Amino acid sequence: MLPGSFPPENSDSHLSPSTAPVPATYLARRFAQLGVVLLLVSVAVFSIMHALPGDPVQLMLSGAESGSVTPERQQLLREEMGLNDPLAVQYGRFLSGAATGDLGTSVRLRQPVLDLILDRLGSTLALSLGGILFGVLIGVTTGVLAALKQGSWIDGFSRVLAYAGVSLPLFWLGLLLILAFAFWLPWFPPAGSEGIRSLILPSLSLGLVSAGVIARLTRASLLEVLVQDYIRTAWAKGLPKRIVYLRHALRNALIPVLTILGLQFGAMLAGAVVTETVFSRPGLGRLVVSAILWKDYPLVQGIVLFMAAMYVVVNLLVDLLAAWLDPRIREEAAA
Amino acid sequence: MIIRGRTFSFAFVAGITILVAWVLVALLAPGAAPHDPLATVSGAREAPSAEFWFGTDRLGRDVFSRVIHAARVSLVLGFISVAIGAALGSALGLVSGYHRGAIDTVLMRVVDAMLAFPGILLALVVIAALGPSITNVMIAVGVSTIPRYARLVRSTVLTVREEAYIDAARLIGVPDFRIMLRHVLPNTAVPLLVLSTLEFGHAISVGAGLSFLGLGAQPPTPEWGLMTAAGRDVLGRAWWISTFPGLAIFTVVMATNLLGDSLQEMLDPRLKARRE
Repeated sequence: MLPGSFPPENSDSHLSPSTAPVPATYLARRFAQLGVVLLLVSVAVFSIMHALPGDPVQLMLSGAESGSVTPERQQLLREEMGLNDPLAVQYGRFLSGAATGDLGTSVRLRQPVLDLILDRLGSTLALSLGGILFGVLIGVTTGVLAALKQGSWIDGFSRVLAYAGVSLPLFWLGLLLILAFAFWLPWFPPAGSEGIRSLILPSLSLGLVSAGVIARLTRASLLEVLVQDYIRTAWAKGLPKRIVYLRHALRNALIPVLTILGLQFGAMLAGAVVTETVFSRPGLGRLVVSAILWKDYPLVQGIVLFMAAMYVVVNLLVDLLAAWLDPRIREEAAA
Repeated sequence: MIIRGRTFSFAFVAGITILVAWVLVALLAPGAAPHDPLATVSGAREAPSAEFWFGTDRLGRDVFSRVIHAARVSLVLGFISVAIGAALGSALGLVSGYHRGAIDTVLMRVVDAMLAFPGILLALVVIAALGPSITNVMIAVGVSTIPRYARLVRSTVLTVREEAYIDAARLIGVPDFRIMLRHVLPNTAVPLLVLSTLEFGHAISVGAGLSFLGLGAQPPTPEWGLMTAAGRDVLGRAWWISTFPGLAIFTVVMATNLLGDSLQEMLDPRLKARRE
């Protein structure tokens, strides 16, 4: 199919544009890009881990009692981990393993890296989704109110929220929430992962960081939409305020917001590294920190790659969703 | 706010005042701190008082003196990280944007891949490879900002290289390297300044976060992230141990964000034109 052409069965798509599928060429190109990015990320992670001056074997054995680390033992470990092979061979072995779901074995925990990741994936995903949920709830509400009442206190609040979001250190925000809502007002547990109540504070701390960005974008996007012709038409038809704002304006204004949710998901994953430690929750973030402290190279490498892959895939899905919802993006994509 | 006939935004004045204050605090720390930051000067976990403004920590050390001394660690971390990121990133962006072609394609693919996952993951990988320490945090955070600098400088260079004066320089036989340094690079100064201001605060925040996780500064160094972590387990009994170091990070990062945004508004004519 030529770029820019739609399959013939969609030639009447202007009648119901939002049901036309995302063009196949666009899909193919995005999946090809996905492959390239993942490959480059794996090269980057692998080469940093192996090319930087730190010697993994020395680092791993530095924790052991000094007497027991003989040169022979170092040599043995090096041989066992395949560190004596050329770098390209090591990378090839790593990549072919990763392609079949084998991310290696944790040196410290002596379990397959993938199993360790999958064990904790649910907890981290729940935290991230909770964070996105709070971010969208607080952000969109604030953004809409700020756009409808420009210059009011809520507009000012949306600015403060945006600055706080980028300026508050996440770990400190988490501790402040614990202080306020676990100690002073004992509503939530200060730590742990038992039940849904323990999820509220960590999700809220992640969500607050995103809420500012989401609020400012919602506000800007809604203001842009509100001056469009079709909104004037809606007013002219005498539609009630609620319908014009919610059904006509907000729906379109939220598409740009949707596209940054993919980026925000990345922020959630990065935030999980800190937040899981603050709230003593098990998860991928906490595991990667432990893995670094244990000098467990295969584990660090596996988790980082897994998180990067997750982030890239989520962004792809979000972009596809936006293209599906917005015919303008779709046509741009097809061109 | 009007100073000497020029108008400055509130954000600019507030940002620069707070930052200058912190730089002074860092410079004067040994004289300004009422106590030795490493010495036990009182009982453990004493609440804030006239003698110990921010209370004392688990080892009876004065939190106020430690917060003041820690400013040195964090500000140096900010400067070094920004210097690493700006130097390496600009070099990449300059070469990429000026030469175009295959070099550009390869470099930008790599940069895209680096941008394709959250910066903190990249920093974590570097720390995993080098081992946890405050110096390695500076390197890690600096490296993780390289792609953003490379992108920014490249995009500026791409517009500048089409200018007539670049053609003129090339025609009279000025070597490429000299054109890049003398005629192209100065054009990137304003966007670089803005990005570096924002990255300075960001680096301090990420760096403190890494120290909080135990991957950066090690005890007994007075460092904000590490101090915040030290108060975590006794939050219910001694809120001040975590609260004040965290507040210090917040004020610095807030100031750089205010300053960065207002610099952008003041100095970037394109942005100004769009607003007018």
